[in-house]
Amino acid sequence: MPEPLLSVENLRTYFSSSRGTVKAVDGVSFTVERGETRAIVGESGCGKSMTALSLLQLVPEPAGYIDSGRILFETRDLLDLTWSQMREIRGREIAMIFQEPMTSLNPVHTVGQQIREAMSVHGKAAGEATDRAIYLLGRVGLEDPAQALRQYPHELSGGMRQRVMIAIALANQPKLLIADEPTTALDVTVQAQILALIRELQAETGMAVLLITHDLGIVAEVADQVSVMYAGQIIESADTRSLFKDPRHPYTKGLFASLPARNRRGQDLATLEGIVPDAAAWPPACRFAPRCPYRWESCDTLRPKLFPPESDRPVRCHLYDPTIPGWPRLEKAGTTAV
Amino acid sequence: MLSYVLRRVLYAVPILVGVSLLTFALFYLTTSPENLARRNISAKNPSPAQIQQWLKDHHYDKSRSEQFKDHMTSLATFRFGTSDATGQPIAETIRRGAGPSFVIGSLVFVTTLYLSLTLAIIAAYFRGTYVDLLTTIVTVLVMSIAYIVYVNVGQYLLGKVLKWGPLTGFEFGLGGLRFAALPVLIGAIAGFGGGARLYRTFLLDEINQDYVRTARAKGVSERAILLRHVLKNALIPLITSTVAAIPSLILGGVVTENFFNIPGLGSALVDAINGQDFAMVRAMVFLGTLLYIVGLILTDIAYALADPRVRLE
Repeated sequence: MPEPLLSVENLRTYFSSSRGTVKAVDGVSFTVERGETRAIVGESGCGKSMTALSLLQLVPEPAGYIDSGRILFETRDLLDLTWSQMREIRGREIAMIFQEPMTSLNPVHTVGQQIREAMSVHGKAAGEATDRAIYLLGRVGLEDPAQALRQYPHELSGGMRQRVMIAIALANQPKLLIADEPTTALDVTVQAQILALIRELQAETGMAVLLITHDLGIVAEVADQVSVMYAGQIIESADTRSLFKDPRHPYTKGLFASLPARNRRGQDLATLEGIVPDAAAWPPACRFAPRCPYRWESCDTLRPKLFPPESDRPVRCHLYDPTIPGWPRLEKAGTTAV
Repeated sequence: MLSYVLRRVLYAVPILVGVSLLTFALFYLTTSPENLARRNISAKNPSPAQIQQWLKDHHYDKSRSEQFKDHMTSLATFRFGTSDATGQPIAETIRRGAGPSFVIGSLVFVTTLYLSLTLAIIAAYFRGTYVDLLTTIVTVLVMSIAYIVYVNVGQYLLGKVLKWGPLTGFEFGLGGLRFAALPVLIGAIAGFGGGARLYRTFLLDEINQDYVRTARAKGVSERAILLRHVLKNALIPLITSTVAAIPSLILGGVVTENFFNIPGLGSALVDAINGQDFAMVRAMVFLGTLLYIVGLILTDIAYALADPRVRLE
């Protein structure tokens, strides 16, 4: 089996705050293969954006820091690199686009300056950078690329700005694109266009995509692999088709049950009781236990691990590990709907 | 842009009339032309006839509304007339004083701006480290010492200890550096602390913006982020806090000019107030208001130059 492009192992990103250490990312592991799309899905505050920022070491300092873990990109551990080595990775090997196209571009620089800068910091000559900037703007769908070069971000719509962000990200043909909620701030029609564009460009360049989102609809549309995050941990990973066919973790089941579906027309949407726990004080064992309909004593005393380990389909839930004391029979919770 | 400036100039008219009216009213509330006459006539006990003559010569004999109308027309055409105290033409006094005030004022302004901005950039680059803490300590320290202490210590060190010859006075050209060095240095040292603190805040506000994260994600170095991205965005609040200071460049620092015997407009104004020279005071107030309005218009133009989102319409 070939080496994955990116392999994150046991990543922990913490924040020091007045209420103590906030374990925003608490032992996250996943891989991204060359050319594939991995989605990390979860609700706000689950640590998915911090996971993404940790990869490029852009966690807001000085409060946030990467406590431990390994981020293997090709052959190197990014956490071992010096600042200047890390700068060479950013934008060249791994590029990133963000949720807020309104504020992610510098308001006082032209679009052209911002795209060219992405190339010039990695050593491309000015003339060449301008030519490529025009090509890229045309490629991401701006009507008059030469004109757009001279425009300022405030002269463009949200969708256009996100296209410019994508053009910046693709400037150096990165091997991995991290897209942190790239369509959340956009209209639904524009969302679909941007997703289609990312997919097209991915097919064209063969880059891998790590997509951070809270939207299962987007996951279904673009992802090959999915990891579900809850309270700073990955609780379930699967290929997209299996996850949608058979969600296993009670939280994932709850998420799917809360989606509107044709066969539940006329019924109220299901909701997950309770709220996400406070990041400064996660529940002691299973972090979903306080909201879980299947909870028993072991859920409050034993920390669930991803089970079965080393599999394609791990779940962080005692329901799937028959060796846990007090284990109920699997049929009770198994593969049937909640 | 042009129509915007024209409109702003028109807005200036009621402001100038209002300020002049206020000056005029304050004058009549606090004193009277007769007092002025008694003070400014050389005779010890002037006769009523002498006073009447003085009032007539200085146009204080008409009705108040007519006086105000005359004030306004002469001010608006920049014919300031002669001083009530010395009889000298006011325009000439202003012309003579503006040069020294502008030289010293702009040197202080540029030096202070340079010092405070440099220190602010250093503090922002090393934010949260001991370097940042050290700049905070230094700036707060220099801000806490009174201006007069700098003047006394500076004059003592240079005059008494180093025996640098005359420390007060003024001269145009390179020879004047001898006189300018101390007031400029002291003005800058006494003034850079506040600017440095303020500009550091402006820079740090920008450093946490999303576009800075984008620049980092592109692989831009911290230094280039600060100088190319952050500084240009921080210019907008920075302009507000600096351009408004421009009128004082010409009107002169009242305190500085007095301590260092600089024959600028600042000392001319103090002399005029002490000498109850109403003609001079109202001319200076009018000019000051005008310069302030010009400064504000310049601020708006500078905004439009610094920030492409600002359109002057």
